[in-house]
Amino acid sequence: MNLAQEAHGFLSPTGVEIAFLLVGLVTFGAALVTVTTRQLVHAALWLVVTLGGLAVEYLLLTAEFIAWVQVLIYVGSVVVLLLFGLMLTKAPIGRSPDADSGNRWAALTVAVASAGALIWVVVDAFRATWINLDGPAAGSTEATGASLFQNWVLPFEALSVLLLAALVGAIVLSRKTKAESSPPPVNSRAVSGGSPFVPDSRNHPIGRKAPTSGTESAEQEGAR
Amino acid sequence: MHLAYPAVLAALLFCTGLYGVLARRNAILVLMSVELMLNAVNLNLVAFDVWLSRTAAETLHSGQALTLFTIAIAAAEIGIGLAIVLAVYRNRGTSDIDKLRDTAEGHGPEGPDGPDGPDGPDGSGGSGGPDSDNSDDSDGDAPAAEKAEATA
Repeated sequence: MNLAQEAHGFLSPTGVEIAFLLVGLVTFGAALVTVTTRQLVHAALWLVVTLGGLAVEYLLLTAEFIAWVQVLIYVGSVVVLLLFGLMLTKAPIGRSPDADSGNRWAALTVAVASAGALIWVVVDAFRATWINLDGPAAGSTEATGASLFQNWVLPFEALSVLLLAALVGAIVLSRKTKAESSPPPVNSRAVSGGSPFVPDSRNHPIGRKAPTSGTESAEQEGAR
Repeated sequence: MHLAYPAVLAALLFCTGLYGVLARRNAILVLMSVELMLNAVNLNLVAFDVWLSRTAAETLHSGQALTLFTIAIAAAEIGIGLAIVLAVYRNRGTSDIDKLRDTAEGHGPEGPDGPDGPDGPDGSGGSGGPDSDNSDDSDGDAPAAEKAEATA
């Protein structure tokens, strides 16, 4: 076994390794720009480069389903959520001088020390370990789907409950605070629509949703 | 491919995210750094799953399943985190995590300002404070302080 593994030296990299190294350099550079730039929107856009580079790395590791999920979820939705968050908190366009806090050098020390320790341990442990990428893909959609719905069905369903809880929690957290602060919205709706309709539409869901369950009442609170 | 390549890249990305979490001041940039750390863990999971699916005869593909679960949990986390950041911004007029010191203990000059209400220094210090912040202040200090403690 040792002979077969030492046949793969670090000094004679394969084509997949060279591609992985180049894409990894781009990914790591984009990650560094993400955490060091002073323009907040540029940080979110460099995060797109980082996550896309990681999707390419998944493809090189023959995990194609994970790669497309990465593109869909991270590049598609998480970055858009972050950009909306930057927009809603009125982040300054251009350079903001207070993007980094005062403990920058302590953070840099901790990060460099942990990076050195982690890389030393990982290289020392997996120096001679070889991933055989030939043959059928280990992470094709068929293999992933079969394992996910044969062995991981119960965590998969529990995850859907967690996503529902996160959705309801995000709605509850981000709604307006009190019902006492409702007169400005009533006036603004009176400008746009009919003012006698507003109390009618406010009374109607209460009468309709009174005998329903708890989630409906939570949603009704969110509407109020 | 050597397993060391993805493992080293994951370690580098994780430490980059660690630096971002420790050094950034805006809350949304901290959330971006958390995403970087989660992605480093995902890369490790995928690489080790591909390695184990070659060496072991029978595998559950647990690395890839856990990667999918991590991605879904990260999406939920970013939604909740942004909701909390927006609620804090609506109360305080800032998303600067160095200014959210209401639950901190034992710092001297901030101490007398704490019982006065959290929106006393922030209403004046928040230069980019919108008008809705002032309207929240005019509604009453008690709900703002109560919600600030709830979000903190």
